Amino acid sequence: MAHQVNVFARNQPGRLERLTQVLMEENVNIRAITIAGAEDFGVVKLLVDDPRRAHRALQREGFSAYLKEVIAVIMDDRPGGLHRVCRALGEKGVNIEDAYGFVVQDRRTAVLVVEVEKIPEAEEVLRSSGFELMSDEELYAL
Amino acid sequence: MSEGEFWNPGMELLSGEEIRNLQLRKLREVLERCLHSPFYRQWFRDAGFEPRKLAAMEDLRALPPMDKETLRGGDPRRFLTVPMEEVVRLHSSSGTTGQATVIFHTARDIDAWTELVARCMYMTGVRRRDVFQNMMGYGLFTGGLGFHYAAERIGALVIPAGSGNSKRQIQLMRDFGTTVVHVIPSYALYLLDVFRELGLDPRRDTSLRMAFIGAEPHTESLRRRLEESYGIKAYNSYGLSEMSGPGVAFECPFQEGMHVWEDSFILEVLDPRTLEPVPEGEEGELVFTTLHREGMPLLRYRTHDLARVLPGPCRCGRAHRRISRIKGRTDDMFIVKGVNIFPMQVERVLLGVLGVGSNYRILLETVDNRDEMRVQVEVSGDLWHGEVRELNQLRRRIVQELRQEILVTPQVELMEPGSLPAGEGKAVRVVDMREHARGD
Repeated sequence: MAHQVNVFARNQPGRLERLTQVLMEENVNIRAITIAGAEDFGVVKLLVDDPRRAHRALQREGFSAYLKEVIAVIMDDRPGGLHRVCRALGEKGVNIEDAYGFVVQDRRTAVLVVEVEKIPEAEEVLRSSGFELMSDEELYAL
Repeated sequence: MSEGEFWNPGMELLSGEEIRNLQLRKLREVLERCLHSPFYRQWFRDAGFEPRKLAAMEDLRALPPMDKETLRGGDPRRFLTVPMEEVVRLHSSSGTTGQATVIFHTARDIDAWTELVARCMYMTGVRRRDVFQNMMGYGLFTGGLGFHYAAERIGALVIPAGSGNSKRQIQLMRDFGTTVVHVIPSYALYLLDVFRELGLDPRRDTSLRMAFIGAEPHTESLRRRLEESYGIKAYNSYGLSEMSGPGVAFECPFQEGMHVWEDSFILEVLDPRTLEPVPEGEEGELVFTTLHREGMPLLRYRTHDLARVLPGPCRCGRAHRRISRIKGRTDDMFIVKGVNIFPMQVERVLLGVLGVGSNYRILLETVDNRDEMRVQVEVSGDLWHGEVRELNQLRRRIVQELRQEILVTPQVELMEPGSLPAGEGKAVRVVDMREHARGD
């Protein structure tokens, strides 16, 4: 199981700057970032090398941060790579609530981060379809 | 010890007419007593009021109402009708809106107050066999000691737990079989989380059957939520330190408004602008005259609390009139789109939706020549689980509940923790930036 840090942030200049500064000072490395926006606020989703440390640091600095369980799936960095993951989940009726990906090794390996409602079931579906999932430790070691 | 329904049937079962006769008799005694106080002698003289000529209750209206400012206007000993050595205790209000006010009590004052609170507690069903855990602050604040002595007088076992230290509170409840608590509603709500963390269910794992909630605005829905989660009955309590503390008005088992003990207080409901009585049953400012206090009686004291008298007799058989929940305070009301709104109403809703310690701010603006009301609310880390969807739902819920409470649809903005000025005093909660805000 992997974790990402979700942070509530007002949609206004300087907020991301402050957030990334906290992580920099904490020596946390960001692997991927995405922002889910509503009108005047958003939720910044961060995949980092040490999610627990990042979470603690952000809370200490007054951010409303939440440590969220996600699934990190290793996929091939080539046409159809993402499609195969989505098909495996779709065939078993698992709904993807949010997802983003990043490349680890160009044209070889990418990682898809998936948010679903029922994590254990989705993990089982992916494993039985032959996909490899990453833990926090493995993400840290990337 | 009797096990009837009434602590003091002689007073509780007076008819309306008997109450008025008793009030007039007691009022004459109080006015006579006031002649020993330097403040009141001057106060009467300035108003051209002759206490010995009082023929009817209405004659009291010749005296101007007094309020906190009157109390703050110098040495509080000026109000005493007895020598200082008769005074055995003082209490002081929190002073959130200014300098603290002091009330002096003689031994008989403490006794009369204790009797009133005991009457309240007994009315809801507290008996000798009960175990009463008092989770209110002790000290200058009247909520702690007022209930403490009353529960002892009934003969219940009192646990003077005071406020805070949640795990110990729960431990005490379980170790000693607490059946009744006195608690601030937001703390009762918070304590539910602590129960959950400990893997406990108050309905199953405690003997609680009753709670007295007060000292903080709250909605009917929050009361019901507490009743359900704890498996108890929760009763509303009204009091203020200037009127000795708790025990001014209290709910009976029917929970339809709070009975004001009219053998001890004259209740007036006045229009806060004209200071004339409002028509029966309409909302106005509660103004009290103490009839049971010898050391420092207060005449026509303005509470700045707004409420109305509920019509008709109560099913419990007591003729003492009932008041509604306190709607707000006269000194912080504002008007949006012609509707009177009180920060307390907003606070009540936020307390119900968000729980303890939700910092908020109300912004009033003019947009396209119209009033707009914006409510900014801080979202703390334990309120959500990281989803945008939850935050949108939270915002919608706050808008809906506010609309129900204040009849105006505000904009609600979710804010990061710590981004609003810390709530010190009520004034900073409302920022009026409207074009007509000044000089209107």
